[in-house]
Amino acid sequence: MVEQILPLSVQGVSVKKRGKTIISELDLELSKDGLTIIMGPNGAGKTTLLRLLHGLEQPRTGKLDWNTNLKTARLNQAFVFQTPIMLRRSALENIIYPLTLKGASKSEAMREAEKWINIINLEQSAHLNAKLLSGGEKQKLALARALATKPQLLLLDEPTSNLDGRATKEIEALLNQTRKSGTRIVMTTHDIGQAKRLADEVIFLYHGKIHEKQEAISFFKKPSTKEATAFLKGDIVE
Amino acid sequence: MKFVAHLLVFISTILFSNSAYTAEMKLAVTTSFNNSGLSDVLIPEIKKDLGLDVQLLVVGTGQALKLGRAGDVDAILVHSKKAEEEFVSDGFSTHRREIMYNDFVIIGPSSDPAKISNSTTTVEALGKIAKHKSIFTSRGDDSGTHRKEKSLWKAAGKDPERFEATWYRAVGAGMGATLNTASGMNAYLMSDRASWLKFGNKGELKLLFSGDPVLFNQYAYLPINPLKHSHVKIDHAKTLETWLTSKKTQKMIGAYTVNGETLFTPNAIKKVN
Amino acid sequence: MSDIVNGMLGAFRLIFSLDADLFEIILLSLQVTISAVIIASFIGMPMGAWLAVNRFKFRRLTIAILNALMGLPPVVVGLIVYIFLSRSGPLGVLNLLFTPTAMIIAQVIIITPLIASISHQAIRDLWADYHDLLISLNATKSQRIFTLIKDSRRSLLTASLAGFGRAIGEVGAIMIVGGNIDHLTRVLTTAIALETGKGEFAFALALGFILIALAIIVNLAIHSISKTERASTW
Repeated sequence: MVEQILPLSVQGVSVKKRGKTIISELDLELSKDGLTIIMGPNGAGKTTLLRLLHGLEQPRTGKLDWNTNLKTARLNQAFVFQTPIMLRRSALENIIYPLTLKGASKSEAMREAEKWINIINLEQSAHLNAKLLSGGEKQKLALARALATKPQLLLLDEPTSNLDGRATKEIEALLNQTRKSGTRIVMTTHDIGQAKRLADEVIFLYHGKIHEKQEAISFFKKPSTKEATAFLKGDIVE
Repeated sequence: MKFVAHLLVFISTILFSNSAYTAEMKLAVTTSFNNSGLSDVLIPEIKKDLGLDVQLLVVGTGQALKLGRAGDVDAILVHSKKAEEEFVSDGFSTHRREIMYNDFVIIGPSSDPAKISNSTTTVEALGKIAKHKSIFTSRGDDSGTHRKEKSLWKAAGKDPERFEATWYRAVGAGMGATLNTASGMNAYLMSDRASWLKFGNKGELKLLFSGDPVLFNQYAYLPINPLKHSHVKIDHAKTLETWLTSKKTQKMIGAYTVNGETLFTPNAIKKVN
Repeated sequence: MSDIVNGMLGAFRLIFSLDADLFEIILLSLQVTISAVIIASFIGMPMGAWLAVNRFKFRRLTIAILNALMGLPPVVVGLIVYIFLSRSGPLGVLNLLFTPTAMIIAQVIIITPLIASISHQAIRDLWADYHDLLISLNATKSQRIFTLIKDSRRSLLTASLAGFGRAIGEVGAIMIVGGNIDHLTRVLTTAIALETGKGEFAFALALGFILIALAIIVNLAIHSISKTERASTW
């Protein structure tokens, strides 16, 4: 049995880039279950916070305290980027790749990849170079590639921001299933409707600080800060 | 993996293919000797008579001497007496053995603007070219031919170092390239007769002056001294020397013609140490 | 102009005469150059990949030197290899001077910087693309290099072909270390130099056209084997 990497405790973390503070002395407790959505205006630090959790950014101060050692934590989480990064290989091989990195045998990885290709309905394009897929197909493939590694924690950065309604619906359906199967999800989005549809919990990030962290239902009903109120009303928040 | 194995076989066949145990030796010869075509006659005869593969390195006299000093060849066949004597006195060869001579000729535009064709001596002909400042291309590469040319200018009381580049063009290249340059510029030059006769790009050029004994060009054979380089194939080098100086070979050299002209006069003398 | 026409006609005549000496020269040209390209690729490509994914103190300097070495005059390489392989040189005992092996060594030195530099550029671009993903997937350093080399193989093929192009047409270095010995180290380029020296322009040009044809055939063959330059695979 793999050790549980969650809960995670983030303590006093700051991130600076080119002299500018992006995340400022941030504290965060991440529980074991549910789907958390990080919201906030442009430049609030949403992407940086997500990348920080994944180890793609290094904190200047503070620390991330996983329930396990760092290595186990890294190996049991996956990240889906806003613009999907496709390997210059076939769709099938894109899913196979991380599995073989983790030490799966070729046949094992192949079976798993074929299963996921079926789940995302890409059977027709399984052997097509991934760069020839449509934007929605690429993002579905990126999500499948992440899920095939059976992560305990799935991080997604604006996964549907460039997609049309149909692709967005498919991704959201997949995320709902994933949540049901017990995978912890943390994602960012600009789309308030999507947040309302998916979120169990909302973190409202503003100027690199967490202004609100509460259950989604109460956040949307009655945000407790004026910035969040303005944001939800659709006003420009700087 | 099979592909990699094929690659390795492919590379190794070539890397190790030259270690065959046939009798072979390396001989550095001058361009003029090779251009004459005489080597094409002699090499198969050597193979036939001695069973010896002579691998020719065709270079200038300067480079041939250098290869000999480094021990990269087993013998050299060159034409620059002073440099050869120094080579022997420095111990890189036990002796120099004269084999044959050919001659240098002066080539120029068929219109002969400096009017050298009726000269009686080389010195006179070169003096006219210098006076007229007609374009003259020189090897300029410190080869045997170049050294000879410089000594002839000196004999004519001129210093080629002081010539202006407006007419005296030191090409810094082999005989062939210099002939090509002269052909392109319609210039005078000094060439060995063999290279000239065999040259295929004569253009407007013509042989204008020859026959002066100072233009004779002595070839000598120098085996590399095994005391300096123990790996040289002195036995093969000795066998070849005996063959080159044999009556039969000397006769063959004298009988070799290009376009009906005799190129070499055999004059092998008894071995001197 | 008539020289060029004669050269082309001469090239056809030569090929159809099935001259054994000519085929020997062509075969040696290919053997030497292809061996050099393979060896240089095995050195240059991992070197390029390593430079692309590692950040170290003298990285810029190393890349600058690598790029400068691309312009290395072959004659200089030839001289250096000659000095090392000469009987009086440090590697003289190997008895490699004036052999095809010496020519391969010189060509490897000439084209490795070229292959490494083109590989580095290609892999650097791919690394910029893959960076976040490979780190996210916890790929180790050697896994990263292996993946980058595998996925930029088409660009790397271009690097190898560029190396092939430079090596097959090279004359300065192999003339010095090979010696242009008939039946032993004579290749197309040194034969061309020899014939030009003799003023036999038409014959030299004929050999030149054969050289060009050979380069084209090799390029086409490699592309068709690797199925590059076809829309569906891109």
